[in-house]
Amino acid sequence: MSHSSGNGAKRELSLTVNGKPETVRVFPMERLLDVLRQELGLTGTKEGCGEGECGSCSVLMDGKLVNSCLIPALQAAGANLTTIEGVAEGPQLSALQAAFLECGGAQCGICTPGMILSASHLLKKKPEPTLDDIREALAGNLCRCTGYMQIFEAVAEAARRKSSV
Amino acid sequence: MRSDPADYELIAPGTLQAVVALLADEPGKWLPIAGGTDLMVLYAAGKLPARKLVSIWNLAELRGIEVLPDEIRIGAGCTYTELREHDVIAQEFPLLTSAARWTGGIANQNRGTLGGNIVNASPAADSLPALLAYEAELILVSVRGERRVPYVGFHTGYKKMKLAPDELICAICLRRVFSKYLHYSRKVGARNAQAISKVCVAALGRLRGGVGGGGDAIDDVRIALGSVAPVPLRLTEVERMVSGKSVDPELVKLARIAVAAAIQPIDDIRSTARYRAAVAGNLIAEFLEQLRATWKPA
Repeated sequence: MSHSSGNGAKRELSLTVNGKPETVRVFPMERLLDVLRQELGLTGTKEGCGEGECGSCSVLMDGKLVNSCLIPALQAAGANLTTIEGVAEGPQLSALQAAFLECGGAQCGICTPGMILSASHLLKKKPEPTLDDIREALAGNLCRCTGYMQIFEAVAEAARRKSSV
Repeated sequence: MRSDPADYELIAPGTLQAVVALLADEPGKWLPIAGGTDLMVLYAAGKLPARKLVSIWNLAELRGIEVLPDEIRIGAGCTYTELREHDVIAQEFPLLTSAARWTGGIANQNRGTLGGNIVNASPAADSLPALLAYEAELILVSVRGERRVPYVGFHTGYKKMKLAPDELICAICLRRVFSKYLHYSRKVGARNAQAISKVCVAALGRLRGGVGGGGDAIDDVRIALGSVAPVPLRLTEVERMVSGKSVDPELVKLARIAVAAAIQPIDDIRSTARYRAAVAGNLIAEFLEQLRATWKPA
């Protein structure tokens, strides 16, 4: 059996990002985070720790919340991704985005994209979350500005608005 | 220093058969990668020695939880999210449900796998004491076929295990015989979420119940601890010592001494040996007291 030996070679990968089909030429071990930021110019996804602890690079992959810094590009081949750039509903902010702004849930902004994607993953699973649900859902997202209370409030507020429409 | 992706090869053959063929073809050359929650951290830090990786993420043959009459078979590629959302596991193997809930945040639970947790072989892995307590068996697969081995004894030293270079863990099997036990688990870490354990415990116990005299004596007990030795530890000496006895303050005191003798905790970035030993003793005492509290005299 023959296998390519030595170093990896770039290869073409297709994936869908925020509803748009994309094809990139990357090394298979390139981090999904770098593919998004550098190949596709989607710099809303942030790098914090680069080791899966802080949640700044959270995106949805096939509907599931993941840390894009821990995904090798090859494993995202064919996947359907949502980044922060795909969260707004056209020109309208999503309920979560609006609530983060109004409640003071966004300060320096580095954790915000990850927080919003984690929160949207939660609200899809549990449209009426308790405070404990919110805390657990966001436990993998670190924020050094807000002290978290405004963020929890923003998620609860977005849930209330969604359930009242 | 960060790794250069150009130095690494990663392929995804797409079937279990193709992956084990590759492992057999060049034993020890290919490192399987599932959800990447451990390996990608090493990679990012420039500490991943393997240069050739083979993706086993999403292999159909490693997915799914099969509920059979006598046992459940958990595909090694099942994620923590799949474990914690599974009803039979929640009802019959709650130690595994809580371990899955404690491991990382939601994003890591969506990617981390039970098989990965076993082969990563961290002494602090939260799911491994649960597997010891439930006396899990592993199904290992290679081109030579399948073999079934008890999980106890699988880890032989720090990050060492009885897995041949051409083998993969295919499934984890748990016998469905624990529904009448008290299931006790506790994790002590620096914070509630996203923390690696200082000490974690998984224990099972059952009193004799209505069987003649001595109904409050311990009929069967299994105690396992993480983060207190180079491998997750089952405390068989402690189990032997308390079996057949009624839980009273004297027994709890003796159990604490036996726990301290059985573990080999260390000082490290997360805790100290002394603290770990004290907490391990306290947790086993708490378990025994909860077990005593299950006694309902007729």
